[in-house]
Amino acid sequence: MFASYARKRYIPWKDWVFDTCNVLIMLMLIIVTLYPFWNTLAVSLNDANDSMRGGITLWPRVFTWKNYQYVFNEANIAHATLISALRTLVGTVVTVFCSAMVGYTISRPEFVLRKFVSIAFVLTMYFSGGLIPTYLLMRDLHLINTFWIYILPGIIGVFNLIIIRSFIEGLPEGIIESAKMDGAGDFTIFIRIALPLIVPVLATVALFSGVYQWNSWFDVFLYNSSNPKLSTLQYELMKVLQNTNATMTSRTASDAFASSPALENNFVTPTSIRATMTIVASVPIIMVYPFLQKYFVKGMTLGGVKE
Amino acid sequence: MQETTIRGLATTSVSAPSRRHEIKGVRHFMRLLVKQRALVLMSVPFVIWLFIFRYVPLWGWLMAFQDFRPGKSIWEQTWVGFKHFAFLFNDPGFYRVMRNTLAMSVINLVLGFTTAITLALLLNELKNLLFKRIVQTISYLPHFISWVVASSIIMSALHPEGGIVNELLVWLGVIDKPVLWLGKGEYFWWIYGLSEIWKNLGWNTIVYLAAIAMIDPSLYEAAEIDGAGRFRKMWHITLPGIRPVIILLLIMNVGHLLEFGFEPQYLLMNPMNIDYAESLDIFVLRYGINLFNFSFATAAGIFKTVVSFILLFSANYLAKRLGQARLF
Repeated sequence: MFASYARKRYIPWKDWVFDTCNVLIMLMLIIVTLYPFWNTLAVSLNDANDSMRGGITLWPRVFTWKNYQYVFNEANIAHATLISALRTLVGTVVTVFCSAMVGYTISRPEFVLRKFVSIAFVLTMYFSGGLIPTYLLMRDLHLINTFWIYILPGIIGVFNLIIIRSFIEGLPEGIIESAKMDGAGDFTIFIRIALPLIVPVLATVALFSGVYQWNSWFDVFLYNSSNPKLSTLQYELMKVLQNTNATMTSRTASDAFASSPALENNFVTPTSIRATMTIVASVPIIMVYPFLQKYFVKGMTLGGVKE
Repeated sequence: MQETTIRGLATTSVSAPSRRHEIKGVRHFMRLLVKQRALVLMSVPFVIWLFIFRYVPLWGWLMAFQDFRPGKSIWEQTWVGFKHFAFLFNDPGFYRVMRNTLAMSVINLVLGFTTAITLALLLNELKNLLFKRIVQTISYLPHFISWVVASSIIMSALHPEGGIVNELLVWLGVIDKPVLWLGKGEYFWWIYGLSEIWKNLGWNTIVYLAAIAMIDPSLYEAAEIDGAGRFRKMWHITLPGIRPVIILLLIMNVGHLLEFGFEPQYLLMNPMNIDYAESLDIFVLRYGINLFNFSFATAAGIFKTVVSFILLFSANYLAKRLGQARLF
């Protein structure tokens, strides 16, 4: 009664000023977040030669697909994109399935090893062997210069386990138990009943895992940098970046780098290549994450509460 | 419920009054294991995986007390005690990277917390829910892109020729000619801090917004009846309502103070700003992988882990003493 009366009260000018300022701040946030991407997109779609004059802001001045053609005709980059896609696909599928399975077992209250398995995983959040011992382990396991080094070390993330367990524990009681009464084994229950029920949290895990795999470059750099066949898109972009960084001060050097491999009709510059690769490396993510927003927000909340 | 299910384990570990009882406990445990073999098969292989990939590297810590030569096994190395730690603490480079790491972590921590909490409060005040959703979706974007992409964007924005930051600051009259931001070491800490915010501001609000959503709406109604305005409601209801979450996140972040950032520093670093950009992790990488000084790099890594542990427990203890929420 009183509450609804209070809400309908006359809005004083102070409220109006606050609301307007608030909306303006939010608009500024949107611009600061989006402009750099938009600008990069414009540069990537602009003629490389023309871009060197500067002044590209929101729209390409001399529109062209040449930069994209160049990037994808460059055998290295096309292959690296393929490897990126492959590790994202394989890594995500493996992580989702394995995390779901282990998460299911530690959500079963009757499981004798429940405490042991949970603690073994959670402890690893607080320490790590460090860079060098891990590197030597990978060497001893003969994983260096193989594709599997992208997949095997990261099969299960502790955070993923925590949110999957929290989600299963939040399911209505008795769904899984009733299946047990019908005599189904645990693996059958996991596949037939648990998996379909936990799809929302698995969407979160898939997003985190996919983003991690797609974005990784350090493992490529550390373990597989001598094998161009296993390079990824992010690592290729990182190499371009390091080149730019090294030559940033001397414009002449960067120009020399620019014009040497380029033919007259297919002129590209490091700036244009970098912009184009930046867009190629971020578009898949930009296309996917908004649709999973509902899930990852829920997932973050689950993880946060449980921590 | 948990207590009853691990009875089998408990009777084996707690010293049983009689030996017979103990044997019975073990037998009961084994019987349960066989009965739950499906669950065991579904989890134990991954525990083995965990031990290989997460626990075995801990043996490598022994390297820090040896003069490690690749090619020999860890048992055939020469033991040198704390030699590498002594080197570490006498290395002026080590103090430089410690200074950089701490400075950047603290900047990141302070800026990150204040901006995220402020943004969460402001988002919560938006009346148009569609607009709120759009702002949120856009603000999550930079979190999902890689640091490689982010660095590429940051480098373009800071570029002395046509970079938007320089253009804007010149236009506003803050500076009279473009600055080579990444070429001046003394700016690096702030460039790093602002980059982190640009990337993670929206993402960091998620937990706060979830906490705000859980505050009892009747508190706001009561405050409204008492004539509280928006700022007073924010200050006296919303902020105290999310305080446990803030404290919890602070503790976790203090524990990771030395682990803040490898990628952004590494990617934005160049010969001109390296004195300010090099972090502890880059230091370890440089000595370990580039200079093959495995033992020295491992000693630095151990130092990092031990200090992180101390920080985490101190923060947790402090929170406990102050009667606040805590991690464990």
